[in-house]
Amino acid sequence: MPKEHIVSAYDTDIENLTRQIIEMGGLVEHQLAQCIKALTLRDIDLATRVMDGDDKVDQLEEEIDKAAIRILATRQPMAVDLRLVAMALKISNDLERMADYATNIARRAVSLADTPPVKPLYTIPLMSELAQSMVADVLDAYAQRDTTKAVAAWHRDKQLDEMYTGLFRELVTYMLEDPRNITACIDLMFCAKHLERIGDHACNIAEKIHYMMHGQRINRMPQAAE
Amino acid sequence: MVSPMNAPQQTPRPAQTGSAQTSSAQTGLVQTGLAEPARAGFGAPAPAASPVPEPRMTARNVNLWYGQKQALFEVSLDIPKHQVTALIGPSGCGKSTFLRCLNRMNDTIEGVRMEGDIRLDGRDIYDRSIDVVELRQAVGMVFQKPNPFPKSIYDNIAYGPRIHGLAQDKAELDEIVENSLKGAGLWTEVQDRLDTPGNSLSGGQQQRLCIARAIAVSPEVILMDEPCSALDPIATAHIEELIDALRANFTIAIVTHNMQQAARVSQKTAFFHLGKLIEHDDTEQIFTNPRQSMTQDYITGRFG
Repeated sequence: MPKEHIVSAYDTDIENLTRQIIEMGGLVEHQLAQCIKALTLRDIDLATRVMDGDDKVDQLEEEIDKAAIRILATRQPMAVDLRLVAMALKISNDLERMADYATNIARRAVSLADTPPVKPLYTIPLMSELAQSMVADVLDAYAQRDTTKAVAAWHRDKQLDEMYTGLFRELVTYMLEDPRNITACIDLMFCAKHLERIGDHACNIAEKIHYMMHGQRINRMPQAAE
Repeated sequence: MVSPMNAPQQTPRPAQTGSAQTSSAQTGLVQTGLAEPARAGFGAPAPAASPVPEPRMTARNVNLWYGQKQALFEVSLDIPKHQVTALIGPSGCGKSTFLRCLNRMNDTIEGVRMEGDIRLDGRDIYDRSIDVVELRQAVGMVFQKPNPFPKSIYDNIAYGPRIHGLAQDKAELDEIVENSLKGAGLWTEVQDRLDTPGNSLSGGQQQRLCIARAIAVSPEVILMDEPCSALDPIATAHIEELIDALRANFTIAIVTHNMQQAARVSQKTAFFHLGKLIEHDDTEQIFTNPRQSMTQDYITGRFG
């Protein structure tokens, strides 16, 4: 970030907003980790706790909205400050969506806990590991204002998409093998889809960090990725 | 009476500066029809990535000294036609000094020396053949503090057209007064009391009276030096609304300390610091993503 503002309370406002985003991000990371744990350990209690935890995420989003609106009203931010506040509003929205997906995965975990396991799950834990690392990295990138890290996380989304496509095929095979697998496979398919969407939101956040810092979008050219 | 500023193109003094920008100034000179009527309705929002509009005024390598102290350093800036150019910067940065160069208001200040080239529609406004009074008809000015003449509302507006001989008779003068007051958004408020003193109006009305007075002589360019700093938010909103409407017919340069105002009313913004032009770009660019860190520090309130 550039130098300090002449009005130091303005810096405090911006720091607080940043801190709120980081806090919300931390909570989303926790929700995500717990829902995956509930899914793999077939732990209904844990899944329930994840579902209950979503209210707190929503509440944080509301607080961020309020704080950002107050800064807009009182400080009339310009340039990098304006981008920072506007992106805080958007990033909190992405985080809120991620938490919703974590809740949905927890819900699927409850239903999956009642059905016999299909096959040992390999791809789902791999996908969740990748998605979680993307989320962790974009949140670090946000806290450290590190666009390089954000862009690196952004590039990993392609891998996540490929895993999802692979898992999709795998699950279709299981369903063809034995129609009794269908219910569980559909649940797993949704979980995989949710993880894939979480990766997309992590990408969105990476893009917003880039815009926030440079005032320009990440180059979307697919070849520029590598 | 034909003002020299509107006269057919004289051979301009060849540009003496060797700057690379001279050629664009020359191009503008050819394309700028001097007798071109003001085009109403031209004031649609200028697209951000608009092709470079023709400059109405060009300044090249302007240096200015107050006695020994240099106040402007090599300032080169175009004021594009039918756009609002905002000049911003901290106190003492030279923005008002530069604005005053554009209609030679600095001529009246003791000990001021200026170098460089400033042109209106391609004509050097510091050329010997230029009549300064006519120049100031073409490049009008509105000041920070409303300064109506101690005369009636009518006479405040009629004064300029009278001395410049712009009206043949009373009816024509009446028409100029009415149109100017309408143009300044003041007509409905004062039409029943044109004979009352101009300084009996409220501050915001007085400022609009000064704008009406400025447009009464059909200028090409209107310079505004902090026109709203003495006004309340409602009067300020009226003036801002007016600036946007005036842009259809006039070219405007405005000095303002109010950054939000600069962002709202202008299409181009120039940032000055310690007498130098630091950055000049589309207003949107300046206020969302300035290229220079000094500009960013200033507009975000980090100037230390």
